[in-house]
Amino acid sequence: MAAVVPGTIDCDIHPAVPSIQALLPYMDDHWRDMVITRGVDELNTISYPANSPLSCRPDWRPAQGRPGSELAQVQAQALDRFGTSIAIANCLYGVQLLFSEDMAAAFARAVNAWLAAEWLDKEPRLRASIVVPAQRAERAVDEIERWAGDPRFVQVLLLVSGDTPLGKRSMWPIYAAAERHGLAIGIHAGSNYHNPPTPVGWASTHTEDYVNHAQSFQSQLSSLICEGVFNRFPALKVVLLESGFTWLPAHLWRLTKFWRGVRMEIPWVDRAPADIVRTNVRLSLQPVDGPPDAAAMAQLFEHMQSDELLLFSTDYPHWQFDGTDMLPAGMSDQLARKIMVDNPRATYARLTETVA
Amino acid sequence: MSWHVVASVAEIPPGGRKLVTVRGRPIAVFNIGGEFFGLLNRCPHQGGDLCAGVQTGLVGSTAPGEYTYTRKGEILRCPWHGWEFDVRTGQSYCDPDKIRTKAYPVEVEPGTAVVKGPYVAETIAVKVEEDYVVVDV
Repeated sequence: MAAVVPGTIDCDIHPAVPSIQALLPYMDDHWRDMVITRGVDELNTISYPANSPLSCRPDWRPAQGRPGSELAQVQAQALDRFGTSIAIANCLYGVQLLFSEDMAAAFARAVNAWLAAEWLDKEPRLRASIVVPAQRAERAVDEIERWAGDPRFVQVLLLVSGDTPLGKRSMWPIYAAAERHGLAIGIHAGSNYHNPPTPVGWASTHTEDYVNHAQSFQSQLSSLICEGVFNRFPALKVVLLESGFTWLPAHLWRLTKFWRGVRMEIPWVDRAPADIVRTNVRLSLQPVDGPPDAAAMAQLFEHMQSDELLLFSTDYPHWQFDGTDMLPAGMSDQLARKIMVDNPRATYARLTETVA
Repeated sequence: MSWHVVASVAEIPPGGRKLVTVRGRPIAVFNIGGEFFGLLNRCPHQGGDLCAGVQTGLVGSTAPGEYTYTRKGEILRCPWHGWEFDVRTGQSYCDPDKIRTKAYPVEVEPGTAVVKGPYVAETIAVKVEEDYVVVDV
């Protein structure tokens, strides 16, 4: 189905750093020298193995180079093809994996400067998330402050599996900065691999790692709610990216059930977790983790109890759907419009500042 | 609706409770600091015996990491799943507008008044010199 809605906003695409060489012009003399002298290799992770079918849709796979690393290809494949008016670039480069917060800060700064100069300056339909050194909240805040004045940055990007549950108060300076500047917090699938990316230890396969991210998202959602992030930062919007969404109703049902019985552990949570999600949390559309069955999906949307939770995404260049079948079965035109236009605009305050 | 004598005041001291049956309804009667309250002894969730629940304070918060503890003894936790109910009103904490257990008016009347009526005293022997707990059912 080619349901191009005017004003469509794609909330998750992945321009890629073609190689570490591309970042060198955006580093200061010290770090440029360190990369060369120390022989720092590509900050690749095993989240998206180069030859995995997931990592790039076949018809988007370039003859050479990393998928998503050429502006012209991204323009043609991710923007023109879907009639997208705005797309949010979430750059996945292994900045979060580093154990040195200093090096992570240098790489985050370089990635953001590269995004601004090589992508945002050249393509007015693009917006971006600020890559931050989540290794240390104070350094992440420095990076947020550096870019907050540029309205083309609409979000702060975190990985779903890092060093700590994201609700922990050590992370709160990041949320304070995001709320202060009207930036959403985007939590994307992926791990810094400092800990096993599954709750039960190191899995053997890419399949397990990828599918089990859903449990990590559930854990982070519980953490953010239970630790009181949304009580302290009521205007904060958190967007779960590449998370899947069919798990949400069951997880919220269970979390709300426990809150009813043992909420004295977290007395600041003064309303049901499902209500908090409705006001503060959004999820990207792709990958659609449900069946190609209109009746089943319609039932699922009903269980979500809101038509404001999902944000359209293609997850370009990841292979989540074929052709232009980016919307799941069972979605009404009205819901499609909400997901593709209204919900993203309501979530990302900065889009309405910069989009006429 | 009619007033029923369910206990002498001496039977339910402050902090105490008594499960009574009035017109076939199981009602838990509580004494909180000399004030009496009656709740249907049935959790609206799955029917747990509220009379067997723990009475706690109201745990609240002014901000994440800040804990307050007020209204000691006025919150009843269902023994089955821990849902909290306000003993004074029967309202749940989790969804006070929709989830509540029925609250019955409870008063204390002197034996002299109870003997005259119109109170119903099905199983309680009434003496004029004592005070009695009466429930409107």
